[in-house]
Amino acid sequence: MRHPSARAGRTGEARSAIRSGPGTAAHKVLLRLLLVLVAATGLVVLVPGTASAQGGEQVIGTLQTSRSGPIEGVEVTVATATGDEVDSVETDEDGRFAIDVPGPGQYTVSIDAEELPDGVVLTGEDSRTVTVDAGRRQPVQFGLNDGSQGAGSGNVEAVQLLVDGLRFGLLIAISAVGLSLIFGTTGLTNFAHGELVTIGALFAWWVNTGLGVPIIPAGIIAMIGGAAFGALNELGLWRPLRRRGTGLIAALVVSIGLSLLLRYIIQIVYGGFSNPYSGLGTSRAVDYGLFRLTNQSLVSIVISIVVLVLVAVMLQRTKIGKAMRAVSDNRDLAASSGINVNRVILVVWMMGGALAALGGVLLGLSDQVRWDMGFQLLLLMFAGVTLGGLGTAYGALVGSVIVGVFVQMSTLVIPNDVKYVGGLLLLIVILVIRPQGILGSRARIG
Amino acid sequence: MGDLLNALAVAGKSAFGFQAVFFALLAIGLNVHFGYTGLLNFGQIGFAMLGGFGIAISVTQWGLPFWLGVLIGIAAAVVLALLLGLPTLRLRADYLAIATIAAAEGLRLLFRSVSASPVTGGTRGLAAFNGAFIGLAPWDTSRRYPILGTRWSGGELWVALVGWLLVGLLCLLVWLLMRSPWGRVLKAIREDEDAVRALGKNVYLYKMQSLVLGGVMGALGGMVYVVATGAANPDQFQNANTFLAYTVLILGGAARVLGPVVGAVILLFVIQFADTGLRALITNGVIPEGLLSATDVAQIRFVLVGLGLMLLLVFRPQGIFGDRREVMLDAR
Repeated sequence: MRHPSARAGRTGEARSAIRSGPGTAAHKVLLRLLLVLVAATGLVVLVPGTASAQGGEQVIGTLQTSRSGPIEGVEVTVATATGDEVDSVETDEDGRFAIDVPGPGQYTVSIDAEELPDGVVLTGEDSRTVTVDAGRRQPVQFGLNDGSQGAGSGNVEAVQLLVDGLRFGLLIAISAVGLSLIFGTTGLTNFAHGELVTIGALFAWWVNTGLGVPIIPAGIIAMIGGAAFGALNELGLWRPLRRRGTGLIAALVVSIGLSLLLRYIIQIVYGGFSNPYSGLGTSRAVDYGLFRLTNQSLVSIVISIVVLVLVAVMLQRTKIGKAMRAVSDNRDLAASSGINVNRVILVVWMMGGALAALGGVLLGLSDQVRWDMGFQLLLLMFAGVTLGGLGTAYGALVGSVIVGVFVQMSTLVIPNDVKYVGGLLLLIVILVIRPQGILGSRARIG
Repeated sequence: MGDLLNALAVAGKSAFGFQAVFFALLAIGLNVHFGYTGLLNFGQIGFAMLGGFGIAISVTQWGLPFWLGVLIGIAAAVVLALLLGLPTLRLRADYLAIATIAAAEGLRLLFRSVSASPVTGGTRGLAAFNGAFIGLAPWDTSRRYPILGTRWSGGELWVALVGWLLVGLLCLLVWLLMRSPWGRVLKAIREDEDAVRALGKNVYLYKMQSLVLGGVMGALGGMVYVVATGAANPDQFQNANTFLAYTVLILGGAARVLGPVVGAVILLFVIQFADTGLRALITNGVIPEGLLSATDVAQIRFVLVGLGLMLLLVFRPQGIFGDRREVMLDAR
């Protein structure tokens, strides 16, 4: 049941190649990569059928692994986006299935994980949402693991998970610094912060695959967009609300409303599926002795560390950084010593927006771009920020890294698909033991 | 015109059917938490899920009688409330908010995971556990009855009837409790916790009792929902539903006994009308397919809820019946 997410990451690549999304230049690279992966890892891949189109729309796929061969007799069910079942079939002796769907649109394809033969487990979820275009036979792929992957690898699993947890934790930290600073300066627990992450990732995806800009400039453009969106949040909503004297609890519920509004608008505009960035180049893991790391993960770690160091330097050395800490510490005192509090809060929102967008891009690199990726991350951000101490910038950093490492390392003992539950459980345990967090002060928690 | 009448009829069915009962029960629980005590429970749907799965697992997996399943569901909700309240009720309000939303989402992820599927059925969920309850209906549940332009199955009618009776009983309970000395302490805690503590009351204990009571009401809501649909699936219990219930509560008026009931009927009517109406407009070609497709309409309800929640909190936090002074809460 254990699968270091370096592997899970590659499964994602394979999936993306099969799904043949936008970005045809990257498509070829990914398809080639996919062939390598099928041979190398024994992941199950759905080979699109060779028969030519028969007119109607279908979802098709194959279940097989290198060790078990084609898997026969597993029930595959297709349902519409509203949950009405379309049809369900069992895979044939070649492990294939093909289900006619009534027309183009979004469908959820799920398989019955209990019918898989012994020793074969799902690496991801047992259902996938796909969009079927008119007249198309849409391939669907489920990641399966037959236990052959770990064999012969000299890597230490704990170290591998530690490194991957570090990458994930730094990513959470990048996204959470803004959340913590916004809380510190305005007292607002911003439940819509996850949507800043999603919007950053989506914007970068659109610039990347829609306009054909390479991922690094696209990420920078997304950060600028994120800063603009953060400023829009502050100027369009939160500053007027503060001026009206809206209470903190009311503001908190408003942020929930904003989060729902944005999240479901994103789902309507973008759809329920996941997409990768294009033009990433190879994503084979490089062996570093104790652990393996793809170049993307390495770049992700380096970017995170550089950005976090820059944020720390800014908070310590620059005038605006000192002003931010002052406002966080005591707003009235800061205002009376001549700091323009509203300007500081605006800068905090812009910075938070830009960092959240960067976090989204990094998350999109490892886990693909999804409409609810930010909300999933939000709960882990809360865990990290609470662990470190709500309202402190450095606390958010330390806490997030611990949460990231904890979540990844927990897959040593618990299955992969409940690893986030471990992170959320950690949050509740922290509240029992040390509610003010590692770096927080007792006075803040009421 | 036919489409408009049809949309009105479908919306009416939703506003008086089990969906409205479900959200009314969630919101009555939230009213005890948020409206009367000032607790921010953002994980009400987690209580509902425990209630629903309490029945589903007891009946289908353990072979227990239906009513024992109801008790198990209630007990599970009590345990969750104690676990969440123990660490967070001494802290500022937003800690409870974070812990409850995390617990609800964590429970959902756990229930739908592959490793839990031998018990919970994973993403497929459980079914066929409501026979003992539907069988109690005094009329033929296999027939469909035409009411006000839509057709209700006998089972739906029975669940809706029992559900509304339950709503009535709980409203009565809340009304009696809140005019008792116990209820006055709760309201005092909402207004000024420190003052209540200074009077020698154990604030922590009262908050805990409030959390447990409201959580059990949420669990009852979840039971009505799974019994009405005949299936329990973890993905029915998305966290957005908690906030739909908050919108119901704030729309009707927090800290008002009948606020959640009025809010549920109105809100369910509006979102179902929007849903059916938009679908009709799309099939008739009034809204071009490129702008909004039929599959997108399912998401519209949460867009409306999000927008409604923001507008209500900003412009009319007391909702329809509430008292503005009672809902101007501030974090401590």
